[in-house]
Amino acid sequence: MVAKRIIPCLDVKDGQVVKGINFEGLREVGDAVGMGVQYAADGADELVYLDISATREGRNTFTQLVRRIAAGINIPFTVGGGIAAVEDAARLLEAGADKISVNSAAIADPSLISRIAEKYGSQFVVVAIDAKCIDGQWRCTTHGGSRLTGLELFSWALEAQERGAGEILFTSMDHDGTCAGYADEVYARLSDMLSIPIIASGGAGCVEDIRRVLTEGRADAALAASIFHYGQIPIPGLKRALKAANVNVRL
Amino acid sequence: MITIIDYGSGNICSVENALSRLGAEYELTADPARILQADKVILPGVGNAAAAMENLREKGLCEVVRSIRRPVLGICVGMQLMCRSSEEGPVSCLGIFDTEVKRFVETPDAKVPHMGWNSLGNTEGKLFKGLPKESFVYFVHSYYAGLCPDTIAVCSHGGVMFSAALRYENFYGTQFHPEKSGTAGELILSNFLAL
Repeated sequence: MVAKRIIPCLDVKDGQVVKGINFEGLREVGDAVGMGVQYAADGADELVYLDISATREGRNTFTQLVRRIAAGINIPFTVGGGIAAVEDAARLLEAGADKISVNSAAIADPSLISRIAEKYGSQFVVVAIDAKCIDGQWRCTTHGGSRLTGLELFSWALEAQERGAGEILFTSMDHDGTCAGYADEVYARLSDMLSIPIIASGGAGCVEDIRRVLTEGRADAALAASIFHYGQIPIPGLKRALKAANVNVRL
Repeated sequence: MITIIDYGSGNICSVENALSRLGAEYELTADPARILQADKVILPGVGNAAAAMENLREKGLCEVVRSIRRPVLGICVGMQLMCRSSEEGPVSCLGIFDTEVKRFVETPDAKVPHMGWNSLGNTEGKLFKGLPKESFVYFVHSYYAGLCPDTIAVCSHGGVMFSAALRYENFYGTQFHPEKSGTAGELILSNFLAL
């Protein structure tokens, strides 16, 4: 059986890893390649590098950094941020990324998902969705959470799958940065609805939060940033605790 | 010198990076003479098996690969090309390993592609020397090689037990990506380089 994955997410700005609370008040925490190497050694199953400045400031993605990450780490990694065309994806693939994630640009033009998937395969395409719950309805946002769209989360996730997404990375903007647990019930619903893997993101504060989203939330992977970056939850201990709680993880 | 066969099989920089991390020298070539002179040969592969097979054929490399007498490692689609045939096409392959490549059937418990970390069972031989039992390695594939006498490691997905690795004489193949499988993958690659 495929193991549940633990994925540290590294938000990168100018080659440095940063992590904000609700995407504001960014603060630097470390070197992108060095942290990736350390996470891989600690037992992270995969890494996600997001160029958070790319969409907001229209900056180009970080190909050179991706090249160094690919040379340095021995586990798969996904890169995202500002991927707006098949050529962006091609450049990152060539630099050594195992997967790319698309977010705002896929909402602006959903055919981007199918065009990348047809050329490089679904396993290469992660569709990232940032959504917040407004009057009981989960609505997608773009541009790092700053713009609310009319798109509804579940219908968009289904469309992304139909267009060839290989995975869905859903971040609850309501939970992100709170360290109060993931949006478990939303992941469970996504997982029942879709046949592709779901990556949970936003809200991890303790081992129990991660255990819950991987079991009751039926997520295939749990992604987190601050609890890993600041050393609150070291990955080796986390994975041993999950294993002891009968979660199938790679030790 | 290690030779990576360059036949336009898609992205191979992860294999190059892994060899560099192990301090191994390698070259990328489609030149039959260079391939036949190499100490070790790696046949990488991502994407569609039929397209990959067509690329090998166009470059006149099918017979070259079959005639290599030094250790050869096929990775993922590279391994599948060394089987008898693949349903992905369908296409007739190199026929080194005595098994066929079939597509996984999707079920609620078994998503396709089979992607992520899964554990190896029944590992045998030098390729897995020193590897702890049930080590996890990284897979990304929708097609699998059935079990056969050449199977040297198994894995299961959705109730299907398949060949995670194959060996026939000097030919080895892994369905998983050792270059993406952390320290377990590095050990397997080092073992191959030490054959």
